Amino acid sequence: MGKLSIPLSTLKLGQTSSVVHLEVKGLLRRRILDMGIVPGTILTCIGRAPAGDPIAYLVRDTVIALRSEDARLINVEQV
Amino acid sequence: MLQAPGRIMREHFGIKTSGEQYVIALAGNPNVGKSTVFNTLTGLHQHTGNWPGKTVDNAQGKYSYKDKSFLLVDLPGTYSLLAHTVEEEIARDFICFGQPDATIVVLDATSLERNLNLAMQVMEITSNVIICVNLIDEARKKKLKIDFKELEKELGVPIIPTAARNGEGLKELQKAVYTMAVEKVIASPKQVVYSEEVEKAIKILMPKVEALGLARIVNPKWLALRLLDSDVSFIKTISRYATTQTQQMVAHKEQGREFTL
Repeated sequence: MGKLSIPLSTLKLGQTSSVVHLEVKGLLRRRILDMGIVPGTILTCIGRAPAGDPIAYLVRDTVIALRSEDARLINVEQV
Repeated sequence: MLQAPGRIMREHFGIKTSGEQYVIALAGNPNVGKSTVFNTLTGLHQHTGNWPGKTVDNAQGKYSYKDKSFLLVDLPGTYSLLAHTVEEEIARDFICFGQPDATIVVLDATSLERNLNLAMQVMEITSNVIICVNLIDEARKKKLKIDFKELEKELGVPIIPTAARNGEGLKELQKAVYTMAVEKVIASPKQVVYSEEVEKAIKILMPKVEALGLARIVNPKWLALRLLDSDVSFIKTISRYATTQTQQMVAHKEQGREFTL
């Protein structure tokens, strides 16, 4: 608590964080929730495409790739 | 001859049941071994592959148990039934309007929490749910211990642990399907309780939703929730199915057949 929350997209390779808040709206929000990305979920940045986009995250033992523009709307704090 | 409206709706999905045949839907997240469960039960060799979206349209196969015939419908793997992709729409429409005698939700034992999201959604649509916790061999390898008895108590539906690859637990699964579809022992799935505001809104909507007389084709609470969600695609779909059903009932009446509503 009290830690600064940062956009998920700024996470560096190998860093782990916990979801604080989702700013994503609409259908994508529903989809992100359905994939198990909810407040408190632990995400680890495990890869980045050559152009920097998309970014791969390890979520609940599954690798999920997100566009950085979408990852920017997920606020996380480092754990 | 009397024909149940449910059967007519099934023809709409290209499902033709012969005589006394029970229709069983198979749902689950992508990559949980649904098609392996399907192939092992039906003896078919539908292609299984480790990539998402493999089962795009529904695949069907038959099996017999205790002299009864079951038609198993393999639905596409989805994380949700809130229909934002073609796969989700196929799965949702079938569970909702195809009126299967039972729906088996296959879960990945190693990722139960995320998988239960879909199970809870199915349990909101229908009470005829059996949960098959697959890949228990993988879970054992990862030294995960799952309390199936407690899970069954928590969720209010039959829970069958399986390792479909080795055929483990499939006899028990067939038995559970028989009990639900043939002996009509219906489960009482635990329902999600929403926030006070949402529950209040549902209460206000319920009389109006019930007055639509659609309870036969869709669970009124589920419909109220989709209205609150302003899920336009679902509202369009349900009006399409409601019209189809009415037209078919009129056609059958003209042919001198009677319906009991």
